[in-house]
Amino acid sequence: MRDNRQAEPSGKARPVISISDLRKKFGGLEVLKGISLAANQGEVITILGSSGSGKSTMLRCVNMLEVPTSGTIAIDGEVIEMRSTRQGIQPASRKQVDRIRSKAAMVFQSFNLWSHMTVLENVIEAPVHVQKRPRQECIAEAEMLLAKVGLSAKKESYPRHLSGGQQQRAAIARALAQKPSVLLFDEPTSALDPELVGEVLKVMRELADEGRTMLIVTHEIAFAREVSNRIVFLDGGRIEASGTPAELFAAGANERFSRFVSRSN
Amino acid sequence: MIDFAFLAEAFRTLVPGLPLTFQLASLSLALGAVLSVLFGVFATIGGTVVSRVVAFYVFCIRGTPLLVQIFIVYYGMGQFRPFLQDWGVWLIFREPFWCAIIALTVNTAAYGSEIVRGGLKSVPAGQIEAAKACGMSGMLLYRRIILPIAFRQALPGYSNEIVLMIKATSLASIITMMEVTGLAAKLISETFRAFEVFIVAGGIYLVINFLIAQAIGRIEYWLSPHLRDMPTAEPNNA
Repeated sequence: MRDNRQAEPSGKARPVISISDLRKKFGGLEVLKGISLAANQGEVITILGSSGSGKSTMLRCVNMLEVPTSGTIAIDGEVIEMRSTRQGIQPASRKQVDRIRSKAAMVFQSFNLWSHMTVLENVIEAPVHVQKRPRQECIAEAEMLLAKVGLSAKKESYPRHLSGGQQQRAAIARALAQKPSVLLFDEPTSALDPELVGEVLKVMRELADEGRTMLIVTHEIAFAREVSNRIVFLDGGRIEASGTPAELFAAGANERFSRFVSRSN
Repeated sequence: MIDFAFLAEAFRTLVPGLPLTFQLASLSLALGAVLSVLFGVFATIGGTVVSRVVAFYVFCIRGTPLLVQIFIVYYGMGQFRPFLQDWGVWLIFREPFWCAIIALTVNTAAYGSEIVRGGLKSVPAGQIEAAKACGMSGMLLYRRIILPIAFRQALPGYSNEIVLMIKATSLASIITMMEVTGLAAKLISETFRAFEVFIVAGGIYLVINFLIAQAIGRIEYWLSPHLRDMPTAEPNNA
């Protein structure tokens, strides 16, 4: 059995993502109080925690949608360079941030598909216009991805004409089209009607089985237990517990985690 | 009772004013649209100083009559002739046509920038964030995501501005421009039949604006398949 806690940067296995001593303050409120985390190639890490524990903020710091107050983030071994300004630290290079964002695709809670584009146009947008790959190649690939998420029949539809579950699957196809090193999921099922959650989780499970590197913020504890290599439990801006699902769900492993799980069920 | 022969004559007299009406409207709208987008974007992202300057400009232009603005440009600027000559722009301020264009452009840019600003504000933050998250920034983000969405939001409001501008060109007649209204005033001074002549002039503006509303309606329809209800069946081939 793999013990993924050994996956800290040791020189051999270079992590796809490595976060070290990440802190984030909003005004006087410190939301993240020093988070360190690394994800190796093919690892699925789920971040659990109650509302306000900082899990979404942490994920958004990875691709600089939220600028950390301190700490370092590296993707594919490339550290995002920061510089000090009067407002605190800021990314030093917009170009580098854009490049890194292109490698860390994000799936949002509220889907955020571009409303004026069809599903297919949404999927090919970043490959064609950000990564400057040939349009025909991108279309062919987008059609494969849409088939994979079960939306071939909807490629000419606009987001407004899709159900929430379909929109989120389209958003996953859009993220995959970037050929990212890591997929970031920010509560991907929290805005869905209960009966639509399953179809999205099914797609995510397939991605996990393919060996994609994924960082998932979710409230779906059963799903986390089933697909994760590792669960990270955030509480009050700190990593309260971390380990394989078997370890964390073992009786008496962590009292706060047990309480969180029993509250959520 | 109704003198159709005279109405027809009035129509024939006023139609030659149409090209000038169209020139005034199209040129000032084209220049004004460019400025509207610039000012609208500046007001949205330009920081405190720039957005306040734009806000002050909009405040002044919206709060004063267009006729007064035309007078300031046409009559008022003449006082500064030596300066304007030094700067080499007197050629422009000497011509009533260009004075009208300047006043109309400055005016529509103020209203237009507010429409553009509203359009930009209505772009959902989540969609901008999704674009950033896939590596877009700067001009690319504006060109591909923000402006297309903002444009669609702003179009209905802007069509109203286009109609207002068509009508506003009639004020250029006060500074000797012989567009439709200018020709109408001239005809009235020759015939003293104000009612018929202005009815015909009004009818001409009505037809122009009807056609413009139709055209913009089509553009709106064409640009907004994403807002329509889903097509329930295949397009009928019958």
